[in-house]
Amino acid sequence: MAYIFQQALNALQLGSIYALIALGYTMVYGILTMINFAHGDLFMVGAFFCFLIAVYLKLSFVPTLLLSMLAVAFLGVVIERLAYKPLRNAPRVSAIITALGVGLFLENFTLALSPYPKHIPPLLENITWTIGSLSISSLQIIVIVLSLVLMLILDFIVQHTKAGMAMRAISWDKTIVPLMGVSVNKIISLTFAIGTGLGGAAGVMYGLAYPVIDPYMGIMVGWKAFICAVVGGIGNVRGAMIGGFILGAVEIMVAAFFPSTYRDFVAFTLLLILLIVRPYGILGKPQPQKV
Amino acid sequence: MSSIKITYHNLLAKWHILTGHKLFWPVFMAAGLVFCIAVDTFDFVDLYLQLILIYVGINIILTVSLNLINGYMGEFSVGHAGFMAVGAYVASLLTVHAFPAGVQSLLFPLAILAGGIGAALVGFLVAIPSFKTRGDYLAIVTLAFGMIVKSVLENIDAVGGPRGLLGMEKLTTLPWVFFWTALSIWVIRNLVYSNFGRGVLSIREDEIASDLMSVNTRQVKIIAFVVSSFFAGIAGGLFAHALQFINPRMFDILKSTDILIMVYLGGIGSISGSIIGAVIYTILLEVLRPMGIWRMVLMPLMLVLLMIYRPRGIMGMKEALMFTPLRDLVTEKLWRQKKKEAADATD
Repeated sequence: MAYIFQQALNALQLGSIYALIALGYTMVYGILTMINFAHGDLFMVGAFFCFLIAVYLKLSFVPTLLLSMLAVAFLGVVIERLAYKPLRNAPRVSAIITALGVGLFLENFTLALSPYPKHIPPLLENITWTIGSLSISSLQIIVIVLSLVLMLILDFIVQHTKAGMAMRAISWDKTIVPLMGVSVNKIISLTFAIGTGLGGAAGVMYGLAYPVIDPYMGIMVGWKAFICAVVGGIGNVRGAMIGGFILGAVEIMVAAFFPSTYRDFVAFTLLLILLIVRPYGILGKPQPQKV
Repeated sequence: MSSIKITYHNLLAKWHILTGHKLFWPVFMAAGLVFCIAVDTFDFVDLYLQLILIYVGINIILTVSLNLINGYMGEFSVGHAGFMAVGAYVASLLTVHAFPAGVQSLLFPLAILAGGIGAALVGFLVAIPSFKTRGDYLAIVTLAFGMIVKSVLENIDAVGGPRGLLGMEKLTTLPWVFFWTALSIWVIRNLVYSNFGRGVLSIREDEIASDLMSVNTRQVKIIAFVVSSFFAGIAGGLFAHALQFINPRMFDILKSTDILIMVYLGGIGSISGSIIGAVIYTILLEVLRPMGIWRMVLMPLMLVLLMIYRPRGIMGMKEALMFTPLRDLVTEKLWRQKKKEAADATD
């Protein structure tokens, strides 16, 4: 019993990181119908910013987190302005390939600057409480609670603020919204800033939970987060959160009960089956094709 | 300015006359094959250069075959390296474990063919979800498929698991690469301009409308996936026997990304574009090798710039005349014009 509870806690930790990254995918998709494949690499850049700030500026946890989020958000907006904006009216696929290119650029640029994996210094004192055979670390609690808080803030922004209303409106209809006096460029920049900022936060937390970081760590995590977004129904903010927790749970449970090398295999097979049964994701609505 | 334009047109016309000649393709193919055999037997070309030529050929096969799904059918498949892995493992297992030593080079085409067929069978399985899922969701299906293949290979100890498989002889020679490359281009080009190919294009433009026009979309999708994965498997087999070592990590998502980049660099929906994309990408990566890791920084940057200034890639839905059925018509007109001019000149 304690074992299952322990694994559930691990699943929540991994799932909240996946969910934070998946949110970035799904927000950008909702507003631009474009898959930002560079997002996983922005997550990696977040972890590296965390490393730089923690090592060279020697700040404590909260300023490190905020600064990393800000820096990644800024990078996200710059990438949107330079690389994606010229392609807004181009075929969808060119934007996707550009995103892949930006992702490769970020990976290899980081690799060129830092060829060896880096070790993030412990920013927080890690206390482990033991209850019976169950051990809970303060780090796990912080990661889970912090991600949940960030997600609640995001949900509030999207559902209850003017900017959030504009985001939802743009994802509903791109042509009519500018006529209502909404500055589409500003909203898109804001979306990118929030989405990539959350990815950066995920990078920091990932770096705290699994302290060895390398430039290619964003690929696998990024693709998995993308899968979370699709499972939840891409474009749907709450769906991305649910998808993140589902994938986290599936991965941890598979690793808990099978040899851990089967983790990816079982996780992806389950996802395939889910997609064949429900091709539009859990919270996504089936979109009938119009003729 | 105008004089430059005229010369350009003249050159283009000359190029069309040359490539449009009835004997152009047979002569080109024969010359290519003879050249490849000569290089292989007399070794007058640097070995490193030969290896690059082999990679160019393999990449052309991969790019042209992926273009059938991503370019002509308009789906977004991200798991091409998975098919390649299946082909590579099937072919290598045959040559290493099943075929008796000594006759391996004779049975090599059989191994490659078996690799292609194995990949085609898997492609058939992947085609089934594509009936219902489209667009980004199909992208996920193919992505998951690629990762499943890698994960399965890592877990089967009989094929070496994560350590990989070795013991293949260097059976991939330039003539064989030339043969398979030419075959893949020929088959896919003829498919695209056949009745079936019109069906593929109609799925890209509008699936429901093409269904209404009595295109059997399921059948078309299955055939497209099977053909595409067949050639990916062939490329995998050639790749394995050129490198003489494979492991599952070679066929991960980065490899798929490479193939995608070559397709979109050259331009979707164009065979000439695929060839150009594969050649440029492969050669550029080799030429920039002295830059070390910075070439991997430069390449994506160039890709992004290309996409911004030319979003459809180099050829972008355009096809070189030499690959289209229109070739015969246009060049016949050019020939007649030329004859008439010659007759006028003698008058």
